[in-house]
Amino acid sequence: MMMAKKWAKFLRDFENFKAACIPWENKIKAIESQFGSSVASYFLFLRWMYGVNMVLFILTFSLIMLPEYLWGLPYGSLPRKTVPRAEEASAANFGVLYDFNGLAQYSVLFYGYYDNKRTIGWMNFRLPLSYFLVGIMCIGYSFLVVLKAMTKNIGDDGGGDDNTFNFSWKVFTSWDYLIGNPETADNKFNSITMNFKEAIIEERAAQVEENVHLIRFLRFLANFFVFLTLGGSGYLIFWAVKRSQEFAQQDPDTLGWWEKNEMNMVMSLLGMFCPTLFDLFAELEDYHPLIALKWLLGRIFALLLGNLYVFILALMDEINNKIEEEKLVKANITLWEANMIKAYNASLSGNSTGPPFFVHPADVPRGPCWETMVGQEFVRLTVSDVLTTYVTILIGDFLRACFVRFCNYCWCWDLEYGYPSYTEFDISGNVLALIFNQGMIWMGSFFAPSLPGINILRLHTSMYFQCWAVMCCNVPEARVFKASRSNNFYLGMLLLILFLSTMPVLYMIVSLPPSFDCGPFSGKNRMFEVIGETLEHDFPSWMAKILRQLSNPGLVIAVVLVMALTIYYLNATAKGQKAANLDLKKKMKQLQLLVASSFQSYAGGPEVLLTLRFKTNDFCKGQEHKHCEVTVPLFSP
Amino acid sequence: MGGSGSRLSKELLAEYQDLTFLTKQEIILGAPDAHRRATSQPPPGLGAPLAPAAHRRFCELLPQEHRSMEESLQIRVSLEQILSLPELKANPFKERICKVFSTSPARDSLSFEDFLDLLSVFSDTATPDIKSHYAFRIFDFDDDGTLNREDLSQLVNCLTGQGEDTRLSASEMKQLIDNILEESDIDRDGTINLSEFQHVISRSPDFASSFKIVL
Repeated sequence: MMMAKKWAKFLRDFENFKAACIPWENKIKAIESQFGSSVASYFLFLRWMYGVNMVLFILTFSLIMLPEYLWGLPYGSLPRKTVPRAEEASAANFGVLYDFNGLAQYSVLFYGYYDNKRTIGWMNFRLPLSYFLVGIMCIGYSFLVVLKAMTKNIGDDGGGDDNTFNFSWKVFTSWDYLIGNPETADNKFNSITMNFKEAIIEERAAQVEENVHLIRFLRFLANFFVFLTLGGSGYLIFWAVKRSQEFAQQDPDTLGWWEKNEMNMVMSLLGMFCPTLFDLFAELEDYHPLIALKWLLGRIFALLLGNLYVFILALMDEINNKIEEEKLVKANITLWEANMIKAYNASLSGNSTGPPFFVHPADVPRGPCWETMVGQEFVRLTVSDVLTTYVTILIGDFLRACFVRFCNYCWCWDLEYGYPSYTEFDISGNVLALIFNQGMIWMGSFFAPSLPGINILRLHTSMYFQCWAVMCCNVPEARVFKASRSNNFYLGMLLLILFLSTMPVLYMIVSLPPSFDCGPFSGKNRMFEVIGETLEHDFPSWMAKILRQLSNPGLVIAVVLVMALTIYYLNATAKGQKAANLDLKKKMKQLQLLVASSFQSYAGGPEVLLTLRFKTNDFCKGQEHKHCEVTVPLFSP
Repeated sequence: MGGSGSRLSKELLAEYQDLTFLTKQEIILGAPDAHRRATSQPPPGLGAPLAPAAHRRFCELLPQEHRSMEESLQIRVSLEQILSLPELKANPFKERICKVFSTSPARDSLSFEDFLDLLSVFSDTATPDIKSHYAFRIFDFDDDGTLNREDLSQLVNCLTGQGEDTRLSASEMKQLIDNILEESDIDRDGTINLSEFQHVISRSPDFASSFKIVL
């Protein structure tokens, strides 16, 4: 008994401790009371992403970067760990470091630094195996956590009763009790009133379709413009990547800042301006705001996705170039080695006890390293994205707010009510930007283990910066409608991005040969061969035999078939239950009508009981094929 | 606030925590054993988001001389002072909320335990059943146990704000209430009782997340 009480107390203390550890709770609460729960949902999402990234960071840091730093060979001991002689002079310049070249490139931050020895240190830590497994685990963990969040939200859905309680919900559940700011409350009142009036009008008049053809034509026109924009932006990115390849051939000193960062700036600027274009085109379409919002989100999503994939295609181009280059460089290196040995033998011919054969690692000719290049591209893209976002907020929100506030005294028209006035917080734009940045992290973290760490820094500063910006420069939305199902909508997009970003990575792991001169998989034919090697060396031979049997194609096909059948069966069961649900609802409605019609003629009397007979097994457990009865008292005097 | 004399005993804290949905952070106080009145609430759950001390907030509403530990647990705060809390000021249902949670005979003042009840029902971990039960009582303006047409029209007027131009016209109001009754009134008696209300609310996805006050 005492134990149970002590255990209950321990559990409660633990819950208190957990609640105290949740970061930024006060900040989010302040935003909730000022702006309502829809703006706060963005910050809750940001906090959740921070948690996911924290786990990814802990995995990559503790299992990849730390062991290499502690037990791997130090900087300067191997050719792959040293800045080449040609670049040494500028290796520590800020400009070079900002581009993640020079000293930053030859460090634990990128793939190329890691050695391919099977074990390192006194603990015999298997670094290549750990690198590979951590990469796979990050992907697996991300899938798990996103799916878990989605299934939790499905439970809140209430079963999809969209239209049954339309008006009742509008009246009973539309007020947001978290609002503490009078201005927000006023906005909420206005939006609720408008909501009521719209719903009443919709209910009253059947939708009179005026000028169907004009509307259809306008919508077609708007979609046509949207396609043009998407095509144009894809082409721009492709062109910018090609140009950056040309620039890479030229001498870095002749290039200005714009040429060096052109591609990243182009991608960020497109992501900033195209959504406003889409907004403009949406004016033609004349949809209900909720539907217009969904279209806008879909288009921005298509834009960002298209940009990302064009970027990857251009990257694949470069990777193939580098792989071709490797063959040439391999030939060159063998020539160079032969020359060095000849020169050494020549110097030895006179004296038999000469200095030992030694070449400084910085002087060894290096092979191209496509994995580090990919990692660098993603890191650069992330950094430039962050900077663009912050600069946009500073200029677009803060400076604009300052201008409106202080120039209002000496301006012809009222700046605060007319144009430009204060900005509203763009929830969907910000959420989409967050989702796509996370996609880039998932893509790049296999090639640059430091990327989750950089992202953690970014999310941390973003939280404070955006909280400040929102409270200081934004006003609550004039038109507040709650896309409450949108919680799963954004998580669904996150899942899609996760899937689409891990596909290129998995493709690269499975089908491209690793560079011969850098990284933990150098010398192997394919990256995943590290698993086979581990099985051979570290596990007893009978385990290897068993696993080889398990990967027998016949067995794998059988397992896949069973899984497909299970999915089909569960899907069919779910559909059947939904149909049964609808059926029961219909029965209830019929019952209501029956009761209502007989209530009019009822004039009081003895208690009336209603006996319902059910033929199906819905309510009767264990009574197969029998009628079961339920008796309900209808009227009591 | 008194110094060391203001710490609630662990037993009282544990009792309060057991009987409400709030965590220690939200109750935090100290005093000798106090007589805890029985409530009609079912046993609550554990844990809730961190929030500043409810007791501290309650004491801020009291005049300086009454802020000692024993007095703060017995004294009642008038409605006007509770309504001055920033979390309630912008709420159109603030008077109803205070009336519902008040246990004084004239329903016009709240003791600390009433205040805790209020926070507990509006906290994150209260079950949807509890929330819908109290929402029904809040919306029932004439306290007769059902929502009739007058209750509903007063409810709609609260939601449309104070200005005359934002209110609905009589015909719009009638149509709105007709629609509500058609959707929710299962037994067609012209009023919505507690079980019909709870049935409607249980199907709504955003009720639990919007029916929340965090101190």
